[in-house]
Formats: sequence, structure tokens, C-alpha cells
Amino acid sequence: MSIGKLDFEAELMAIAPERINPPVRHERAVATTVERLRVEAVSVFYGDKAAVKDVSLSIHQGEVLALIGPSGCGKTTLLRTLNRLTELTPSASHSGRILLDGEDTHELVDTELRRRVSMVFQQPNPFPMSIFDNVGFALREQSRKRPHRRQLEPQVDRALQRAGLYEEVHADLDRSALRLSGGQQQRLCIARAIAQQPEILLMDEPCSALDPRSTAVIEDLIVQLRQDLAIVIVTHNLQQARRIADRVAFMYLGDLVELGETEQVFTDPREERTREYVAGAFG
Amino acid sequence: MAAVEPIGGAPVTPSRRRRGRRAPVRSWRPRDQAIFVLSWIAGTGLCLCAAALVIFFIVQGAHYLRPALLVTRPSPAVNQALSGGILDPIEGTLLLGVIGLLIAAPLGVITAIWVVEYGRPRWLSRIVESAVEVIAGTPDIVLAIFGLALFELGVFAPFSFAEPGGAFGRSFLNAGIIVSAVAIPSIYTATRNGLLATPRQLREASYALGKTRVATIRRVVMPAVRRDVATGATLGLGRIYGDTAIVVLLLGATLRNQPENNVPLIGLLRGTGSTLTSFIYDSSPAGDGNAPNKAYAAAAVLLLMVLLLNWGVGRIGRIGGPPIHEERRLGA
Repeated sequence: MSIGKLDFEAELMAIAPERINPPVRHERAVATTVERLRVEAVSVFYGDKAAVKDVSLSIHQGEVLALIGPSGCGKTTLLRTLNRLTELTPSASHSGRILLDGEDTHELVDTELRRRVSMVFQQPNPFPMSIFDNVGFALREQSRKRPHRRQLEPQVDRALQRAGLYEEVHADLDRSALRLSGGQQQRLCIARAIAQQPEILLMDEPCSALDPRSTAVIEDLIVQLRQDLAIVIVTHNLQQARRIADRVAFMYLGDLVELGETEQVFTDPREERTREYVAGAFG
Repeated sequence: MAAVEPIGGAPVTPSRRRRGRRAPVRSWRPRDQAIFVLSWIAGTGLCLCAAALVIFFIVQGAHYLRPALLVTRPSPAVNQALSGGILDPIEGTLLLGVIGLLIAAPLGVITAIWVVEYGRPRWLSRIVESAVEVIAGTPDIVLAIFGLALFELGVFAPFSFAEPGGAFGRSFLNAGIIVSAVAIPSIYTATRNGLLATPRQLREASYALGKTRVATIRRVVMPAVRRDVATGATLGLGRIYGDTAIVVLLLGATLRNQPENNVPLIGLLRGTGSTLTSFIYDSSPAGDGNAPNKAYAAAAVLLLMVLLLNWGVGRIGRIGGPPIHEERRLGA
């Protein structure tokens, strides 16, 4: 693992030396304090086993919140609870409340919630259809016949532009999305996720299947996107968390151990377990 | 951790594939040698059987099959020179295929979707799975006699025509309904396997965009398994083309397709007829017609149709690149 990490950093160094050492802090968006999502004492269980234990935190407009922690610490489960994707797992149950703009997410219809809290996954997962239809799919009404392409075009173009993919694909939007490279596919998935202008964007290790070059592109994208929405990102890559996150939450065995400003968590963690993890002592 | 690929470098030109040295067969253990030889014998033996079959019917077909046969209706005659062609059996085969597929395809696909995507309550979905297996395992002659018993009931008179004490029970419609049962298992199985191989992430991606389950199935899952459905349908069609028992019992296996009345299509559907399989049976020395030349000609046509279908299955698999589950496995 460590050798791989070195390779990764070396390659990134070659492409974008300023991104490595010292880690350049991106300009903070705005220090807005508008709270979009509030997690109140949430626990998630698979059967009898608690995957997330009594976690409370809030997510603000315009920020990137990174969830870090060793494998199996519950960060992905927490992320999937935010848009109720955990409900797809029959054995999963939960307690506590999650509020989106003050509304309990369990009071919202699931499809409505997921339009407002969208998600990008670890593996790029474009649909087996054209690039245009992939983005257009999100914009269409439930299962309805496709609206005229001309109606959707401006929104699709804009989503592709925001995802930084437009220049590369606009010549042939009817090409199958499966023919794109991994990095392009992931940006297409981001375009798809932001097409209907969600308030929150959840990202589950969006770069872990990508090469360093694509990773750098997507990291830049994340930093730009946060202007308009709040982003929660799960990552295994501590350097990545340090590069792009405004705040970092460290989870361990289902507990939220520490939550704070990125610099503080990395340079002066309050908890011993955080200190050991960010120093690479375990994980 | 994968090493980072070097950027640039000399262009790699394709060269002849080189093989390193391998242990000679002579040095293997005797048992491995025996299995090696047996697998060669089995493989080449099967190829020989297939080749013999195809060559035999190519030769017979070239001998007896004349274009005129394909467009002439059969006639009852002892003299083979006067007994006409095989137009009706060809039409009957195609029509029965259409009816069977029109019934089997939606049933097989919908059942597979329900079992894989919903499948609740669990016990019911298990029963459905077993039911498909029962249908797949039932000999077609058993299906046929069941169908006959069913369609001779008076309520089914509109499907053929009424007779004293019930219905005649033999018609294209009745045969098509029962023959769909021999196609359902392959359509169901191909669709189910396609659905199971479709990555869960694809469905989750759709749910995460706020789509309902129905929208996800219609717009995301179905396009991903379109090819599996087509493959299953083609295989099922081959099974229908090859079926004899149901045709003999439920289609009447009459020499000509005989519409029940003059209403176009409806009359044909309610009427009796024959397919290539029943024609081959009747014309063979085992049947009444005793026209082996015609039987060979019809068999050559039927074999050609089925081989074309098999070729079609292979083509379907390649339309528009590898299916999504394969592409994913390759890590596109």
C-alpha cells in the first residue's frame, strides 16, 4: 500500500507540484454558516451490529466535509444514510434524526430527498446509454417519455460544463457513455448528479478507482462545485482530504471521534486516536 | 497497487504471438494424458457429428429441394411428383413461432423481472422459480395432451370451433399458447441471468438520482439486459421451431393450413395447419405420406432456419460492444 501511495504522490508531484507539499489551501468558499443538513444522534444497524453509533454533526452551505477513518468505520454507511440509500439494504435500520433544511428526511418522499441530496459513487457507474441520455435521465420525470431533446439541451450542456466534461464530449453527445475513460465516466456521473441542482452532493471515494491525473481534475472540480452546494466526501486518501476539505470528521469503529477544521485535525488533533490515524499509525 | 504506466515510450507494434516453452505432453502423468486424449476425442467427435448432420442435409437438400417446392402448397397424392411443395408447413412454422414468442417473451421477461427485482414474499418467488423449472422439464408431449384436454373444454370453443360436447381444441391459437411454454424457460433464464449480472451500483445510481424503482427498471435495467432478452427469445424460437408433439396434437398437423372461416387472420388462428416438423414426420416412411424426398427437403429447410437462429444469437451478443456486465468486469 505504501509503495502505491508513493507512486501516487510522485505522479501528482509531476503534474501539479503545488498540490503536494506544502499542501496549498484552496481559498475557502465563504464562511457561510447556513446549515443545510443536520445529523442528530444517528445510529445505523445492520441486523444487531451497529455500524454508526450516535453520530451528530451538521453540514453547511458552501463547504466540503470529508469523512475519514479506517475501513469499516462506518463512514460510507453514514453517507448512505444521509439520502436514505441504506434503506435499500433489507437488514439495515437506524435511529436518530436527519434534518434537511429543518425538515426530517424521513418525512420527505425518498425520491424527492434523493433529488435534493444526490450521490456519486466509488466506481464510475454510467448507465448503458448515450452521454446525453445519462445526464438527461436525471432531469426527466419519473419514467415519463422523454421530453424533447431541445428542451433538455441547455441543462445537459450546463451540467457537463460544470463537471468539466463539456469540452471533451460536446462533439458527440450521442456516443455511448461506456466508451468514455474511467475519469471521464466519473465526471459524467458528477454531471448527472448535479444536473438537477441538488442542495447536497454526497461522494463516496469518488477518486479511488481513478488515476492521479483524473483525480486531480476531479479534486479541482469538487472545490469549484462547493460554491453552489454542500459536499460530503468519504475518502481514504488523507492527502486528498487535506487538499480539498474545509472540515474533516474522523470516524473510528462507528464513532465520530473528532470533527474540526481541516488544518486543526491534521496538525493539532484533540484526540489521541485521530493523532495516530493521521500520522499513519493505523488504518 | 498497480504501478503507474510509463507515459510515452516507443510505440508497441503488434508482433506474432510468442509462446514460451511448455512441458511436453509425454512428460505428464498417465491420468492427465488420458484425460487430454479423451477431451480431444470428445471434441473432435462432436464436430464430426455436427459436420455429418449438416453435410447430409446439404446433400439431401441439394438433391430434393427445388425453389418451386418453397412456393407450392402441398397436395394429397401418393405419387411424390404430384404431392406439391412445403409452402404451408413453412408458413405454419413461422406463424406458430410468432404466436408462441408473442406470448412467451412478455411472460418470461416480466416473470424474471419480478423474481429478481422484487421477489417478495420470498416463498412466492421460490415457487415461481420452481414452476419455471417444472415447465422446462415437462416433456412437450405431456404439455400437448394437457393442452388438448384444456382446449377441448367448451369455453375454449372461440379458440378453434365448437363441437358437440365441447370444442375441437386444435388450432394455431391453441398450439401457440401451449408451445409458448417451451420457449418461456429459455427467455426467463436468459433475462434473469442478465438481471443478476447487472451491477447493483447501476440501480443504486438511479435511486440516488431520485428515481423510483419502476423508472429504474424501465430506463436503466431493461436497456442493460436487452441483449439477454433477445438471446433468450431467439433460443426460445428455436425450441418452438423444433417442436413436434404439440403440433401433432394441438395444431392438427393437417397437410394444408386450413382457416376456420373467411375472416382474415382470425380464421387462420382458429384453423388447423402444419409445421415443418409435423410435415417431416408425416412425409417420412414412419408417417402416412411416404414421401421421403419431401421429408428431406423440409428437414434441410428446418435445419437451415435453426442454424440461422443460432447464428443470430451469436450476432446479438456482439451488437454495440460487450454487454454492460462484461465491460465492467474488464474495468473499462
